[in-house]
Amino acid sequence: MNTNLGQFNPLAITFFFVFVAISLGITYWAAKHTRSTSHFYTAGGNISGFQNGLALAGDYMSAASFLGIAGLVALNGFDGLIYSIGFLVGWPIVMFLIAEPLRNMGRYTFADVVAFRMRQKPVRVASAIGALAVVCFYLIAQMVGAGNLIKLLFGLDYNLAVLIVGGVMLAYVIFGGMMATTWVQIIKAVLLLAGTILLVVMVLAPFGFSPTALFEAAANKYGDAVLAPGKQVSDPLDAISLGMSLMFGTAGLPHILMRFYTVPDAKAARTSVMYATIFIGFFYLLTFVLGFGAMVFVGQDAIKAIDAGGNMAAPMLAEVLGGNAFLGFISAVSFATILAVVAGLTLSGAATLSHDLWVNVVRHGSADENEQFKVARASTLVLGAVAIVLGIVFKGQNVAYMVGLAFAIAASANFPALVMSMMWRRFTTKGAVSSMLVGTITSLVLIYLSPTIQVTILKHASALFPLKNPGLISIPLAFAVGIIVSLASPEHRAEEKFEEEHRIHAG
Amino acid sequence: MNDRKQSIIALGDERWRFSFWLTGIMMAIYFGFILLIAYNKPLLGTLIMPGLSLGILFGALVIVAAWVLIYVYVRWANTYYDRKLSRLHQEAE
Repeated sequence: MNTNLGQFNPLAITFFFVFVAISLGITYWAAKHTRSTSHFYTAGGNISGFQNGLALAGDYMSAASFLGIAGLVALNGFDGLIYSIGFLVGWPIVMFLIAEPLRNMGRYTFADVVAFRMRQKPVRVASAIGALAVVCFYLIAQMVGAGNLIKLLFGLDYNLAVLIVGGVMLAYVIFGGMMATTWVQIIKAVLLLAGTILLVVMVLAPFGFSPTALFEAAANKYGDAVLAPGKQVSDPLDAISLGMSLMFGTAGLPHILMRFYTVPDAKAARTSVMYATIFIGFFYLLTFVLGFGAMVFVGQDAIKAIDAGGNMAAPMLAEVLGGNAFLGFISAVSFATILAVVAGLTLSGAATLSHDLWVNVVRHGSADENEQFKVARASTLVLGAVAIVLGIVFKGQNVAYMVGLAFAIAASANFPALVMSMMWRRFTTKGAVSSMLVGTITSLVLIYLSPTIQVTILKHASALFPLKNPGLISIPLAFAVGIIVSLASPEHRAEEKFEEEHRIHAG
Repeated sequence: MNDRKQSIIALGDERWRFSFWLTGIMMAIYFGFILLIAYNKPLLGTLIMPGLSLGILFGALVIVAAWVLIYVYVRWANTYYDRKLSRLHQEAE
Protein backbone atom coordinates (compact mmCIF):
# COMPACT_ATOMS: atom_id res chain seq x y z
CA MET A 1 0.00 0.00 0.00
CA ASN A 2 1.18 3.52 -0.80
CA THR A 3 1.23 5.69 2.27
CA ASN A 4 2.40 9.12 3.24
CA LEU A 5 3.25 7.84 6.72
CA GLY A 6 6.83 8.51 7.71
CA GLN A 7 7.17 11.40 5.31
CA PHE A 8 7.16 15.07 6.09
CA ASN A 9 3.46 15.91 6.13
CA PRO A 10 2.75 19.67 5.96
CA LEU A 11 -1.00 19.22 6.41
CA ALA A 12 -0.59 17.18 9.59
CA ILE A 13 1.88 19.71 10.95
CA THR A 14 -0.50 22.57 10.15
CA PHE A 15 -3.34 20.87 12.03
CA PHE A 16 -1.01 20.23 14.92
CA PHE A 17 0.18 23.84 15.06
CA VAL A 18 -3.40 25.09 15.08
CA PHE A 19 -4.07 22.85 18.11
CA VAL A 20 -0.91 23.97 19.91
CA ALA A 21 -1.64 27.65 19.15
CA ILE A 22 -5.20 27.40 20.51
CA SER A 23 -4.09 25.50 23.61
CA LEU A 24 -1.28 27.98 24.32
CA GLY A 25 -3.86 30.77 23.98
CA ILE A 26 -5.94 29.00 26.62
CA THR A 27 -2.83 28.63 28.77
CA TYR A 28 -2.21 32.39 28.55
CA TRP A 29 -5.78 33.03 29.70
CA ALA A 30 -5.56 30.36 32.42
CA ALA A 31 -2.25 31.76 33.68
CA LYS A 32 -4.02 35.00 34.67
CA HIS A 33 -6.37 33.01 36.88
CA THR A 34 -3.70 30.75 38.34
CA ARG A 35 -2.56 32.81 41.29
CA SER A 36 -2.50 30.34 44.16
CA THR A 37 -1.55 26.78 44.99
CA SER A 38 -5.19 25.75 45.09
CA HIS A 39 -5.74 27.17 41.58
CA PHE A 40 -2.60 25.47 40.38
CA TYR A 41 -3.66 22.00 41.58
CA THR A 42 -7.45 22.14 41.32
CA ALA A 43 -8.43 25.13 39.15
CA GLY A 44 -9.96 26.58 42.33
CA GLY A 45 -12.46 23.70 42.47
CA ASN A 46 -14.73 25.48 39.99
CA ILE A 47 -14.89 22.97 37.14
CA SER A 48 -18.44 21.69 36.53
CA GLY A 49 -19.35 18.00 36.67
CA PHE A 50 -19.91 17.83 32.90
CA GLN A 51 -16.63 19.60 32.13
CA ASN A 52 -14.76 17.35 34.53
CA GLY A 53 -16.38 14.30 32.92
CA LEU A 54 -14.98 15.35 29.55
CA ALA A 55 -11.61 16.20 31.09
CA LEU A 56 -11.48 12.79 32.82
CA ALA A 57 -12.16 11.20 29.45
CA GLY A 58 -9.36 13.32 27.95
CA ASP A 59 -7.04 12.40 30.81
CA TYR A 60 -7.80 8.69 30.46
CA MET A 61 -8.10 7.93 26.73
CA SER A 62 -4.40 7.84 25.99
CA ALA A 63 -2.53 7.05 22.82
CA ALA A 64 -2.37 3.49 24.15
CA SER A 65 -6.16 3.34 23.87
CA PHE A 66 -6.62 5.00 20.51
CA LEU A 67 -3.60 3.69 18.60
CA GLY A 68 -2.73 0.65 20.71
CA ILE A 69 -6.17 -0.96 20.93
CA ALA A 70 -7.05 -0.26 17.30
CA GLY A 71 -3.77 -1.98 16.39
CA LEU A 72 -4.31 -4.90 18.77
CA VAL A 73 -7.79 -5.54 17.38
CA ALA A 74 -6.61 -5.16 13.78
CA LEU A 75 -3.86 -7.73 14.33
CA ASN A 76 -5.49 -10.08 16.89
CA GLY A 77 -9.23 -9.54 16.51
CA PHE A 78 -11.22 -10.28 19.67
CA ASP A 79 -8.17 -10.44 21.98
CA GLY A 80 -7.63 -6.70 21.54
CA LEU A 81 -11.18 -6.04 22.72
CA ILE A 82 -10.29 -7.47 26.14
CA TYR A 83 -8.34 -4.26 26.72
CA SER A 84 -11.22 -2.04 25.55
CA ILE A 85 -13.55 -3.69 28.04
CA GLY A 86 -10.98 -3.85 30.86
CA PHE A 87 -10.17 -0.15 30.57
CA LEU A 88 -13.85 0.69 31.05
CA VAL A 89 -14.88 -1.54 33.97
CA GLY A 90 -12.62 0.34 36.37
CA TRP A 91 -14.95 3.35 36.17
CA PRO A 92 -17.92 1.87 38.07
CA ILE A 93 -15.42 0.97 40.83
CA VAL A 94 -14.20 4.58 40.90
CA MET A 95 -17.82 5.73 41.09
CA PHE A 96 -19.04 3.37 43.84
CA LEU A 97 -16.00 3.26 46.13
CA ILE A 98 -13.75 6.24 45.52
CA ALA A 99 -15.02 9.45 43.90
CA GLU A 100 -17.35 10.96 46.53
CA PRO A 101 -15.46 10.15 49.76
CA LEU A 102 -12.24 11.25 48.04
CA ARG A 103 -13.80 14.58 47.11
CA ASN A 104 -15.19 15.08 50.62
CA MET A 105 -11.93 14.29 52.38
CA GLY A 106 -8.91 15.36 50.37
CA ARG A 107 -7.42 18.55 49.01
CA TYR A 108 -4.85 17.81 46.30
CA THR A 109 -3.69 14.17 46.27
CA PHE A 110 -5.10 10.75 47.15
CA ALA A 111 -2.51 10.55 49.95
CA ASP A 112 -4.60 13.21 51.75
CA VAL A 113 -7.25 10.50 52.15
CA VAL A 114 -4.95 7.61 53.08
CA ALA A 115 -3.06 9.74 55.61
CA PHE A 116 -6.16 11.29 57.22
CA ARG A 117 -6.24 9.09 60.36
CA MET A 118 -2.62 8.03 60.27
CA ARG A 119 0.78 9.45 61.14
CA GLN A 120 1.41 11.80 58.23
CA LYS A 121 5.06 11.31 57.35
CA PRO A 122 5.41 7.55 56.82
CA VAL A 123 2.11 7.35 54.92
CA ARG A 124 2.96 10.33 52.70
CA VAL A 125 6.38 8.89 51.83
CA ALA A 126 5.02 5.40 51.07
CA SER A 127 2.16 6.71 48.94
CA ALA A 128 4.54 9.05 47.10
CA ILE A 129 6.66 6.04 46.12
CA GLY A 130 3.62 4.24 44.71
CA ALA A 131 2.26 7.35 43.01
CA LEU A 132 5.57 8.33 41.42
CA ALA A 133 6.19 4.76 40.19
CA VAL A 134 2.81 4.81 38.42
CA VAL A 135 3.38 8.31 37.01
CA CYS A 136 6.86 7.41 35.72
CA PHE A 137 5.83 4.23 33.91
CA TYR A 138 2.79 5.97 32.46
CA LEU A 139 4.99 8.87 31.35
CA ILE A 140 7.46 6.51 29.67
CA ALA A 141 4.62 4.94 27.70
CA GLN A 142 3.28 8.31 26.57
CA MET A 143 6.65 9.87 25.73
CA VAL A 144 7.91 6.84 23.82
CA GLY A 145 4.56 6.69 22.05
CA ALA A 146 4.84 10.36 21.18
CA GLY A 147 8.34 10.01 19.81
CA ASN A 148 7.46 7.04 17.61
CA LEU A 149 4.23 8.57 16.47
CA ILE A 150 5.69 11.87 15.47
CA LYS A 151 8.52 10.19 13.64
CA LEU A 152 6.00 8.16 11.67
CA LEU A 153 3.33 10.77 11.27
CA PHE A 154 5.30 13.93 10.69
CA GLY A 155 8.67 12.57 9.62
CA LEU A 156 10.47 14.37 12.47
CA ASP A 157 13.41 13.03 14.47
CA TYR A 158 12.48 10.92 17.56
CA ASN A 159 14.44 12.94 20.14
CA LEU A 160 13.20 16.23 18.72
CA ALA A 161 9.64 14.93 18.97
CA VAL A 162 10.09 13.98 22.63
CA LEU A 163 11.53 17.44 23.33
CA ILE A 164 8.59 19.17 21.62
CA VAL A 165 6.01 17.17 23.59
CA GLY A 166 7.87 17.81 26.85
CA GLY A 167 8.30 21.51 26.14
CA VAL A 168 4.71 22.25 25.09
CA MET A 169 3.35 20.24 28.01
CA LEU A 170 5.57 22.13 30.46
CA ALA A 171 4.25 25.42 29.10
CA TYR A 172 0.66 24.30 29.77
CA VAL A 173 1.29 23.05 33.28
CA ILE A 174 3.76 25.57 34.67
CA PHE A 175 1.85 28.65 33.49
CA GLY A 176 -1.72 27.42 33.30
CA GLY A 177 -1.76 24.77 36.04
CA MET A 178 -4.91 22.67 36.37
CA MET A 179 -7.05 25.23 34.52
CA ALA A 180 -5.01 24.96 31.30
CA THR A 181 -4.58 21.18 31.73
CA THR A 182 -8.34 20.76 32.13
CA TRP A 183 -9.20 22.71 28.98
CA VAL A 184 -6.51 20.97 26.93
CA GLN A 185 -8.02 17.66 28.09
CA ILE A 186 -11.56 18.79 27.26
CA ILE A 187 -10.61 19.93 23.74
CA LYS A 188 -8.63 16.76 23.18
CA ALA A 189 -11.55 14.57 24.32
CA VAL A 190 -13.91 16.35 21.91
CA LEU A 191 -11.40 16.10 19.03
CA LEU A 192 -10.67 12.44 19.72
CA LEU A 193 -14.37 11.52 19.95
CA ALA A 194 -15.16 13.53 16.81
CA GLY A 195 -12.26 12.00 14.87
CA THR A 196 -13.22 8.50 15.97
CA ILE A 197 -16.90 8.99 15.11
CA LEU A 198 -15.95 10.30 11.65
CA LEU A 199 -13.69 7.30 11.06
CA VAL A 200 -16.38 4.89 12.23
CA VAL A 201 -18.99 6.47 9.95
CA MET A 202 -16.63 6.10 6.99
CA VAL A 203 -15.86 2.49 7.91
CA LEU A 204 -19.50 1.50 8.35
CA ALA A 205 -21.00 3.39 5.37
CA PRO A 206 -20.06 0.67 2.80
CA PHE A 207 -21.63 -1.91 5.11
CA GLY A 208 -24.99 -0.15 5.40
CA PHE A 209 -24.00 0.97 8.94
CA SER A 210 -24.14 -2.58 10.23
CA PRO A 211 -21.20 -3.44 12.50
CA THR A 212 -21.93 -7.16 12.18
CA ALA A 213 -21.57 -6.91 8.38
CA LEU A 214 -18.12 -5.39 8.98
CA PHE A 215 -17.18 -8.15 11.44
CA GLU A 216 -18.42 -10.71 8.91
CA ALA A 217 -16.16 -9.17 6.22
CA ALA A 218 -13.22 -9.41 8.65
CA ALA A 219 -14.07 -13.07 9.37
CA ASN A 220 -14.30 -13.80 5.64
CA LYS A 221 -10.86 -12.26 5.13
CA TYR A 222 -8.99 -13.75 8.11
CA GLY A 223 -11.23 -16.59 9.36
CA ASP A 224 -13.85 -16.86 12.11
CA ALA A 225 -11.03 -17.09 14.68
CA VAL A 226 -10.69 -13.27 14.70
CA LEU A 227 -14.12 -13.10 16.39
CA ALA A 228 -13.10 -15.46 19.23
CA PRO A 229 -10.56 -15.39 22.07
CA GLY A 230 -7.21 -16.63 20.82
CA LYS A 231 -3.52 -16.93 21.47
CA GLN A 232 -3.04 -13.61 23.26
CA VAL A 233 -4.93 -15.02 26.25
CA SER A 234 -3.87 -18.67 26.01
CA ASP A 235 -2.98 -18.91 29.72
CA PRO A 236 -6.20 -18.69 31.79
CA LEU A 237 -4.45 -17.28 34.89
CA ASP A 238 -2.86 -14.57 32.76
CA ALA A 239 -6.29 -13.50 31.52
CA ILE A 240 -7.56 -13.24 35.12
CA SER A 241 -4.44 -11.40 36.27
CA LEU A 242 -4.69 -8.85 33.46
CA GLY A 243 -8.40 -8.43 34.17
CA MET A 244 -7.74 -7.66 37.84
CA SER A 245 -5.06 -5.08 37.07
CA LEU A 246 -7.24 -3.32 34.53
CA MET A 247 -10.32 -3.25 36.77
CA PHE A 248 -8.63 -2.02 39.96
CA GLY A 249 -5.84 0.00 38.33
CA THR A 250 -8.09 2.85 37.21
CA ALA A 251 -9.10 3.52 40.82
CA GLY A 252 -5.42 3.88 41.77
CA LEU A 253 -4.21 6.24 39.03
CA PRO A 254 -3.01 9.46 40.73
CA HIS A 255 -3.76 11.72 37.74
CA ILE A 256 -7.33 10.44 37.53
CA LEU A 257 -7.96 10.67 41.30
CA MET A 258 -6.60 14.23 41.39
CA ARG A 259 -9.27 15.41 38.93
CA PHE A 260 -11.99 14.89 41.58
CA TYR A 261 -10.60 17.84 43.52
CA THR A 262 -11.38 20.21 40.61
CA VAL A 263 -15.15 20.06 41.16
CA PRO A 264 -17.04 21.94 43.90
CA ASP A 265 -18.65 19.01 45.75
CA ALA A 266 -19.34 15.27 45.95
CA LYS A 267 -22.43 15.54 43.76
CA ALA A 268 -20.35 17.11 40.97
CA ALA A 269 -17.74 14.35 41.43
CA ARG A 270 -20.55 11.83 40.93
CA THR A 271 -21.79 13.65 37.82
CA SER A 272 -18.27 13.75 36.39
CA VAL A 273 -17.77 9.97 36.68
CA MET A 274 -21.15 9.45 35.04
CA TYR A 275 -20.25 11.58 32.00
CA ALA A 276 -16.71 10.17 31.87
CA THR A 277 -18.07 6.61 31.78
CA ILE A 278 -20.56 7.47 29.04
CA PHE A 279 -17.88 9.06 26.84
CA ILE A 280 -15.18 6.48 27.54
CA GLY A 281 -17.53 3.51 27.12
CA PHE A 282 -18.83 4.94 23.85
CA PHE A 283 -15.24 5.46 22.66
CA TYR A 284 -14.24 1.88 23.52
CA LEU A 285 -17.30 0.50 21.74
CA LEU A 286 -16.16 2.46 18.68
CA THR A 287 -12.69 0.89 18.93
CA PHE A 288 -14.40 -2.45 18.07
CA VAL A 289 -15.31 -0.94 14.70
CA LEU A 290 -12.01 0.89 14.29
CA GLY A 291 -9.93 -2.25 14.80
CA PHE A 292 -11.96 -4.52 12.53
CA GLY A 293 -12.21 -1.66 10.00
CA ALA A 294 -8.42 -1.45 9.82
CA MET A 295 -8.29 -5.25 9.49
CA VAL A 296 -10.61 -5.14 6.49
CA PHE A 297 -9.63 -1.91 4.72
CA VAL A 298 -5.88 -1.73 5.44
CA GLY A 299 -5.04 -5.40 5.99
CA GLN A 300 -2.83 -7.01 8.63
CA ASP A 301 0.29 -7.29 6.46
CA ALA A 302 0.26 -3.62 5.49
CA ILE A 303 -0.20 -2.57 9.16
CA LYS A 304 2.64 -4.82 10.35
CA ALA A 305 4.90 -3.54 7.56
CA ILE A 306 4.73 -0.01 8.98
CA ASP A 307 4.82 -0.89 12.70
CA ALA A 308 5.15 -4.42 14.08
CA GLY A 309 3.03 -3.58 17.14
CA GLY A 310 0.17 -2.34 14.95
CA ASN A 311 0.16 1.13 16.46
CA MET A 312 -0.37 2.82 13.09
CA ALA A 313 -3.59 0.94 12.27
CA ALA A 314 -5.92 3.88 13.01
CA PRO A 315 -3.94 6.56 11.10
CA MET A 316 -3.53 4.16 8.15
CA LEU A 317 -7.25 3.52 8.17
CA ALA A 318 -7.83 7.28 8.09
CA GLU A 319 -5.54 7.62 5.08
CA VAL A 320 -7.21 4.80 3.16
CA LEU A 321 -10.70 6.18 3.76
CA GLY A 322 -10.16 9.94 3.80
CA GLY A 323 -6.88 10.61 2.05
CA ASN A 324 -4.01 12.79 3.16
CA ALA A 325 -6.17 15.49 4.76
CA PHE A 326 -7.87 13.01 7.09
CA LEU A 327 -4.53 11.38 7.90
CA GLY A 328 -3.26 14.83 8.88
CA PHE A 329 -6.26 15.43 11.11
CA ILE A 330 -6.05 12.05 12.86
CA SER A 331 -2.29 12.48 13.31
CA ALA A 332 -2.79 15.83 14.99
CA VAL A 333 -5.53 14.34 17.19
CA SER A 334 -3.17 11.53 18.24
CA PHE A 335 -0.53 14.06 19.16
CA ALA A 336 -3.02 16.18 21.10
CA THR A 337 -4.12 13.01 22.90
CA ILE A 338 -0.61 12.39 24.18
CA LEU A 339 -0.06 16.03 25.17
CA ALA A 340 -3.20 16.10 27.29
CA VAL A 341 -2.38 12.87 29.12
CA VAL A 342 1.24 13.89 29.74
CA ALA A 343 0.09 17.23 31.17
CA GLY A 344 -2.29 15.47 33.60
CA LEU A 345 0.40 13.00 34.67
CA THR A 346 3.01 15.68 35.24
CA LEU A 347 0.64 17.81 37.29
CA SER A 348 -0.26 14.88 39.55
CA GLY A 349 3.40 13.91 39.94
CA ALA A 350 4.22 17.51 40.84
CA ALA A 351 1.44 17.51 43.45
CA THR A 352 2.95 14.38 45.01
CA LEU A 353 6.45 15.87 45.10
CA SER A 354 5.47 19.27 46.46
CA HIS A 355 2.26 18.70 48.48
CA ASP A 356 3.00 15.23 49.90
CA LEU A 357 6.79 15.20 50.17
CA TRP A 358 7.86 18.84 50.50
CA VAL A 359 5.01 20.44 52.42
CA ASN A 360 3.87 17.48 54.56
CA VAL A 361 7.13 15.63 55.14
CA VAL A 362 10.01 18.11 54.83
CA ARG A 363 8.04 21.11 56.18
CA HIS A 364 5.87 19.13 58.65
CA GLY A 365 2.69 20.48 57.04
CA SER A 366 3.39 24.17 57.56
CA ALA A 367 4.67 25.92 54.45
CA ASP A 368 3.37 29.36 53.52
CA GLU A 369 1.35 29.88 50.35
CA ASN A 370 4.15 31.57 48.43
CA GLU A 371 6.59 28.77 49.12
CA GLN A 372 4.04 26.05 48.22
CA PHE A 373 3.28 27.71 44.90
CA LYS A 374 6.98 28.01 44.05
CA VAL A 375 7.74 24.41 45.01
CA ALA A 376 4.76 23.20 42.98
CA ARG A 377 6.07 24.89 39.84
CA ALA A 378 9.64 23.78 40.46
CA SER A 379 8.41 20.18 40.89
CA THR A 380 6.60 20.46 37.57
CA LEU A 381 9.82 21.53 35.89
CA VAL A 382 11.70 18.59 37.45
CA LEU A 383 9.04 16.10 36.33
CA GLY A 384 8.96 17.57 32.81
CA ALA A 385 12.72 17.09 32.55
CA VAL A 386 12.38 13.54 33.93
CA ALA A 387 9.67 12.81 31.35
CA ILE A 388 11.89 13.98 28.48
CA VAL A 389 14.87 11.96 29.72
CA LEU A 390 12.74 8.83 30.27
CA GLY A 391 11.27 9.22 26.79
CA ILE A 392 14.74 9.29 25.24
CA VAL A 393 16.25 6.54 27.45
CA PHE A 394 13.38 4.09 26.96
CA LYS A 395 13.17 4.56 23.20
CA GLY A 396 11.92 1.37 21.54
CA GLN A 397 9.98 0.00 24.53
CA ASN A 398 6.54 -1.45 23.90
CA VAL A 399 3.99 1.26 24.72
CA ALA A 400 0.96 -0.85 25.59
CA TYR A 401 3.13 -2.98 27.89
CA MET A 402 4.34 0.07 29.85
CA VAL A 403 0.76 1.25 30.36
CA GLY A 404 -0.17 -2.26 31.50
CA LEU A 405 2.64 -2.01 34.05
CA ALA A 406 1.42 1.35 35.30
CA PHE A 407 -2.07 -0.14 35.81
CA ALA A 408 -0.63 -3.15 37.66
CA ILE A 409 1.33 -0.92 40.06
CA ALA A 410 -1.64 1.40 40.58
CA ALA A 411 -3.90 -1.57 41.35
CA SER A 412 -1.40 -3.09 43.82
CA ALA A 413 0.23 -0.08 45.48
CA ASN A 414 -2.50 2.57 45.65
CA PHE A 415 -5.91 0.91 45.37
CA PRO A 416 -5.74 -1.51 48.36
CA ALA A 417 -4.46 1.13 50.82
CA LEU A 418 -6.99 3.69 49.59
CA VAL A 419 -9.91 1.29 49.98
CA MET A 420 -8.82 -0.04 53.39
CA SER A 421 -8.16 3.45 54.76
CA MET A 422 -11.71 4.49 53.92
CA MET A 423 -13.54 1.36 54.98
CA TRP A 424 -11.72 -0.44 57.71
CA ARG A 425 -11.75 0.95 61.24
CA ARG A 426 -8.67 -0.96 62.42
CA PHE A 427 -6.40 0.01 59.52
CA THR A 428 -3.16 1.53 60.88
CA THR A 429 -0.15 3.57 59.78
CA LYS A 430 2.07 0.50 59.71
CA GLY A 431 -0.59 -1.43 57.80
CA ALA A 432 -0.93 1.32 55.20
CA VAL A 433 2.80 1.78 54.73
CA SER A 434 3.52 -1.94 54.42
CA SER A 435 0.58 -2.50 52.06
CA MET A 436 1.74 0.29 49.73
CA LEU A 437 5.40 -0.74 49.79
CA VAL A 438 4.65 -4.44 49.33
CA GLY A 439 2.23 -3.61 46.50
CA THR A 440 4.80 -1.49 44.69
CA ILE A 441 7.76 -3.79 45.22
CA THR A 442 5.91 -7.05 44.47
CA SER A 443 4.51 -5.73 41.23
CA LEU A 444 7.89 -4.37 40.10
CA VAL A 445 9.76 -7.59 41.01
CA LEU A 446 7.15 -9.87 39.44
CA ILE A 447 7.15 -7.78 36.28
CA TYR A 448 10.93 -8.10 36.14
CA LEU A 449 10.65 -11.89 36.57
CA SER A 450 7.79 -12.20 34.04
CA PRO A 451 8.14 -13.82 30.62
CA THR A 452 7.81 -10.40 28.94
CA ILE A 453 11.09 -9.16 30.47
CA GLN A 454 12.93 -12.48 30.92
CA VAL A 455 12.05 -14.19 27.64
CA THR A 456 11.03 -11.46 25.19
CA ILE A 457 13.50 -8.74 26.19
CA LEU A 458 16.39 -10.53 27.95
CA LYS A 459 16.10 -13.62 25.70
CA HIS A 460 16.32 -16.12 28.58
CA ALA A 461 14.87 -19.59 27.94
CA SER A 462 12.26 -19.34 30.69
CA ALA A 463 10.93 -16.94 33.32
CA LEU A 464 10.82 -17.42 37.10
CA PHE A 465 7.28 -16.01 37.31
CA PRO A 466 4.90 -17.55 34.76
CA LEU A 467 2.41 -14.67 34.33
CA LYS A 468 2.82 -11.57 32.15
CA ASN A 469 0.79 -9.48 34.58
CA PRO A 470 1.45 -9.52 38.35
CA GLY A 471 -2.07 -8.44 39.47
CA LEU A 472 -3.32 -11.89 40.49
CA ILE A 473 -0.56 -12.12 43.13
CA SER A 474 0.31 -8.52 43.97
CA ILE A 475 -3.22 -7.13 44.54
CA PRO A 476 -4.37 -9.81 47.06
CA LEU A 477 -0.92 -9.70 48.68
CA ALA A 478 -1.14 -5.92 49.23
CA PHE A 479 -4.55 -6.40 50.89
CA ALA A 480 -3.32 -9.33 53.01
CA VAL A 481 -0.21 -7.50 54.22
CA GLY A 482 -2.25 -4.40 55.06
CA ILE A 483 -4.69 -6.49 57.12
CA ILE A 484 -2.12 -8.66 58.93
CA VAL A 485 0.21 -5.78 59.82
CA SER A 486 -2.71 -3.63 61.03
CA LEU A 487 -4.02 -6.41 63.27
CA ALA A 488 -0.53 -6.93 64.67
CA SER A 489 0.02 -3.22 65.40
CA PRO A 490 -3.18 -1.64 66.75
CA GLU A 491 -3.23 2.15 66.54
CA HIS A 492 -5.61 3.71 69.01
CA ARG A 493 -5.71 7.18 67.51
CA ALA A 494 -6.43 5.92 63.98
CA GLU A 495 -9.31 3.83 65.28
CA GLU A 496 -10.74 6.76 67.24
CA LYS A 497 -10.70 9.05 64.23
CA PHE A 498 -12.56 6.53 62.09
CA GLU A 499 -15.94 7.91 63.11
CA GLU A 500 -14.88 11.42 62.15
CA GLU A 501 -13.64 10.11 58.82
CA HIS A 502 -16.93 8.35 58.15
CA ARG A 503 -18.82 11.50 59.05
CA ILE A 504 -16.80 13.40 56.41
CA HIS A 505 -17.30 10.68 53.77
CA ALA A 506 -21.04 11.10 54.02
CA GLY A 507 -20.92 14.75 52.89
CA MET B 1 -26.54 17.40 67.84
CA ASN B 2 -24.80 14.10 68.43
CA ASP B 3 -27.92 12.32 67.24
CA ARG B 4 -27.70 14.15 63.95
CA LYS B 5 -24.07 13.14 63.53
CA GLN B 6 -25.01 9.53 64.16
CA SER B 7 -27.83 9.77 61.60
CA ILE B 8 -25.44 11.15 58.99
CA ILE B 9 -22.96 8.37 59.67
CA ALA B 10 -25.79 5.83 59.40
CA LEU B 11 -26.82 7.34 56.07
CA GLY B 12 -23.19 7.20 54.91
CA ASP B 13 -23.07 3.52 55.91
CA GLU B 14 -26.19 2.97 53.86
CA ARG B 15 -24.33 4.44 50.87
CA TRP B 16 -21.37 2.15 51.52
CA ARG B 17 -23.67 -0.89 51.65
CA PHE B 18 -25.37 0.04 48.38
CA SER B 19 -21.95 0.70 46.80
CA PHE B 20 -20.69 -2.72 47.90
CA TRP B 21 -23.64 -4.40 46.24
CA LEU B 22 -23.11 -2.55 42.98
CA THR B 23 -19.35 -3.17 43.08
CA GLY B 24 -20.02 -6.87 43.68
CA ILE B 25 -22.41 -7.06 40.73
CA MET B 26 -19.94 -5.28 38.43
CA MET B 27 -17.12 -7.60 39.54
CA ALA B 28 -19.31 -10.67 39.04
CA ILE B 29 -20.23 -9.59 35.50
CA TYR B 30 -16.70 -8.66 34.48
CA PHE B 31 -14.90 -11.61 36.05
CA GLY B 32 -17.62 -13.92 34.71
CA PHE B 33 -16.68 -12.64 31.26
CA ILE B 34 -12.94 -13.00 32.00
CA LEU B 35 -13.44 -16.56 33.33
CA LEU B 36 -15.25 -17.47 30.11
CA ILE B 37 -12.29 -16.07 28.16
CA ALA B 38 -9.95 -18.06 30.37
CA TYR B 39 -11.74 -21.39 30.51
CA ASN B 40 -14.36 -21.57 27.75
CA LYS B 41 -12.98 -20.01 24.58
CA PRO B 42 -15.06 -22.19 22.19
CA LEU B 43 -18.30 -20.94 23.73
CA LEU B 44 -17.30 -17.30 23.13
CA GLY B 45 -16.35 -18.20 19.57
CA THR B 46 -19.87 -19.45 18.81
CA LEU B 47 -21.47 -17.38 16.06
CA ILE B 48 -25.03 -16.36 16.86
CA MET B 49 -25.40 -14.71 13.47
CA PRO B 50 -22.93 -14.09 10.64
CA GLY B 51 -20.25 -11.71 11.94
CA LEU B 52 -21.40 -11.72 15.57
CA SER B 53 -19.75 -14.08 18.03
CA LEU B 54 -20.99 -14.58 21.56
CA GLY B 55 -17.67 -13.09 22.74
CA ILE B 56 -18.19 -9.77 20.98
CA LEU B 57 -21.82 -9.60 22.12
CA PHE B 58 -20.90 -10.32 25.77
CA GLY B 59 -18.03 -7.82 25.59
CA ALA B 60 -20.35 -5.06 24.42
CA LEU B 61 -22.87 -6.09 27.09
CA VAL B 62 -20.23 -5.73 29.83
CA ILE B 63 -19.80 -2.07 28.79
CA VAL B 64 -23.58 -1.61 28.70
CA ALA B 65 -23.85 -3.24 32.15
CA ALA B 66 -21.34 -0.71 33.51
CA TRP B 67 -23.55 2.09 32.16
CA VAL B 68 -26.69 0.58 33.67
CA LEU B 69 -25.13 0.12 37.13
CA ILE B 70 -23.81 3.68 37.09
CA TYR B 71 -27.27 4.92 36.09
CA VAL B 72 -28.83 2.99 38.98
CA TYR B 73 -26.32 4.45 41.43
CA VAL B 74 -26.64 8.04 40.20
CA ARG B 75 -30.42 7.85 40.35
CA TRP B 76 -30.34 6.48 43.89
CA ALA B 77 -27.77 9.02 45.05
CA ASN B 78 -29.35 12.04 43.35
CA THR B 79 -32.78 11.33 44.74
CA TYR B 80 -32.74 9.26 47.90
CA TYR B 81 -29.26 9.99 49.32
CA ASP B 82 -28.93 13.69 48.52
CA ARG B 83 -32.46 14.43 49.74
CA LYS B 84 -31.99 12.62 53.01
CA LEU B 85 -28.60 14.22 53.58
CA SER B 86 -29.83 17.74 52.97
CA ARG B 87 -32.77 17.11 55.32
CA LEU B 88 -30.33 16.04 58.06
CA HIS B 89 -28.25 19.16 57.44
CA GLN B 90 -31.35 21.39 57.60
CA GLU B 91 -32.54 19.90 60.87
CA ALA B 92 -29.37 21.16 62.46
CA GLU B 93 -30.12 24.78 61.64
